[in-house]
Amino acid sequence: MPVPPLPPAIEVVGLHKRFGDQTVLDGLDLVVPAGTVTALLGPNGAGKTTTVSILATLLAADGGTARVLGHDVATDPQAVRGLIGVTGQLSAVDPLLTVTENLRLMADLFHLPRAEGRRRVAELVERFGLGEVARRRGQLLSGGTTRKLDLAMTLVAGPRVVFLDEPTTGLDPRARHDLWDQVRVLVADGVSVLLTTQYLDEADRLADAVGVLHGGRLVAHDTPAGLKAAHAAGSLDDVFLALTAPVPSADAA
Amino acid sequence: MAAATAVVPRPVTRNAPRDLTTMTRRSLLRMLRYPSLTAIIVATPVVLLLLFVYVFGGAFGAGVAAGVTPGAEGRAVYLAYIVPAILVMTATSVAQSTAINVAMDMTGGIVTRLRTTPVAPVAVLGGHVVAAVVQTLLAASLVLGIAVALGYRPDVDALGLLAMTGFFVLFGLALTWLSVAMGAAARSVESASNTPMLLVLLPFFGSGFVPVDTMPTPVRLFAEHQPFTPVIETVRGLLAGTPVGAGTAWTAVGWCVGLAVVGWLWARAAYRRPRT
Repeated sequence: MPVPPLPPAIEVVGLHKRFGDQTVLDGLDLVVPAGTVTALLGPNGAGKTTTVSILATLLAADGGTARVLGHDVATDPQAVRGLIGVTGQLSAVDPLLTVTENLRLMADLFHLPRAEGRRRVAELVERFGLGEVARRRGQLLSGGTTRKLDLAMTLVAGPRVVFLDEPTTGLDPRARHDLWDQVRVLVADGVSVLLTTQYLDEADRLADAVGVLHGGRLVAHDTPAGLKAAHAAGSLDDVFLALTAPVPSADAA
Repeated sequence: MAAATAVVPRPVTRNAPRDLTTMTRRSLLRMLRYPSLTAIIVATPVVLLLLFVYVFGGAFGAGVAAGVTPGAEGRAVYLAYIVPAILVMTATSVAQSTAINVAMDMTGGIVTRLRTTPVAPVAVLGGHVVAAVVQTLLAASLVLGIAVALGYRPDVDALGLLAMTGFFVLFGLALTWLSVAMGAAARSVESASNTPMLLVLLPFFGSGFVPVDTMPTPVRLFAEHQPFTPVIETVRGLLAGTPVGAGTAWTAVGWCVGLAVVGWLWARAAYRRPRT
């Protein structure tokens, strides 16, 4: 019997969001097929974090629809929350709890049975190489280790869609590479990822598709190679500069 | 690609009691990890107690009751007079640190993370409240013990102690829901530590340190009608084993229930307000 096709991990249609008189999202359309990584690029203030906040049920949109694995974020936020994991720009680690305690907190809040929770925590400690610091408090971890713990906490409940909002900002090159490896492991497990980033090489290395946000909508959406070819550019940097000229009315690509 | 249909969410049903237990455990653990904050909570009322008894008490004692000689007798009388207010200030001291803790949660990433999970919002805030009430009871017991060591002798039986504990739980709930709301509404940790100063100052404008009938009329009217006065008078009656006027006790209970509900609604609204 054929398996019914999976709905897209993320399906955004005509999304609008204003803050006061400032339009941040102006009819955004975006589809992230299940099991793939899409990177959102765009200048500061282009609406990347706003998009993630709406999809993560933190913020209500003013118009349009957003679905995560078929569940509307506006009408069924609880179902969405059961499916997603979010690692944001702020470190969401309790500084006074140890690495293990932080992970167990997530296991408890997702109501994992005690034995399963412990197994899951041990597994993540192993996978993220956190064994040596397992009893160390959050406040005493390095930036790179904090970010690893942050992502590990996001994964405790086994989310099917993961949002990474500028996950490697401020990390040294080794920590960035470690984090990229973890994202690849996720994708190999069939998890869908929406990544926002300022680092174009990050998008180039991780993403199946890249969307460029400018003026509140997508001005380009293609594979990294496709974008570079279309703009006769050697790197995504050049594509980015070509597409996101600072004059808001100069959107025409 | 895995063919399993991954669309059905993990069946995470709302389980507020379970989440409340988890979040309370976290808050209590944080208190153990940050003992200096707990020390400050107890130190503030104890320093006030020592200051008011050993510096002002000799003179003030003669002012709170008729026929008291200034000096040692004054100090003993004044100690007994201000213990209720000092216990109430222990609770406001806990409230202040609770507001700071909540603001740290809100401005850090942890609350953003929790808001993207199916966790019941009431549990995220309620964990702070329950832990703060536990902390209030422990700190108030410690401060009461210090007062006893200084020569204070409450006249309270087992039933009175039970009533006293119950009343302090209710009072603690009111204060901490308010302070949780202040912490959740604060734009920064700094402002979260300033707003509750109001709660710390209010007991002075009541019957805690001097009888209200010695105050000028406008101040007296305020003192008689603000929530801390009936609360302090209820604690005073329970500790002294003297009957508490039914009007005073019910006014105190009414204020506590009312403030707890206001604090809870305010905290919930502040928690839900999106922050980006």
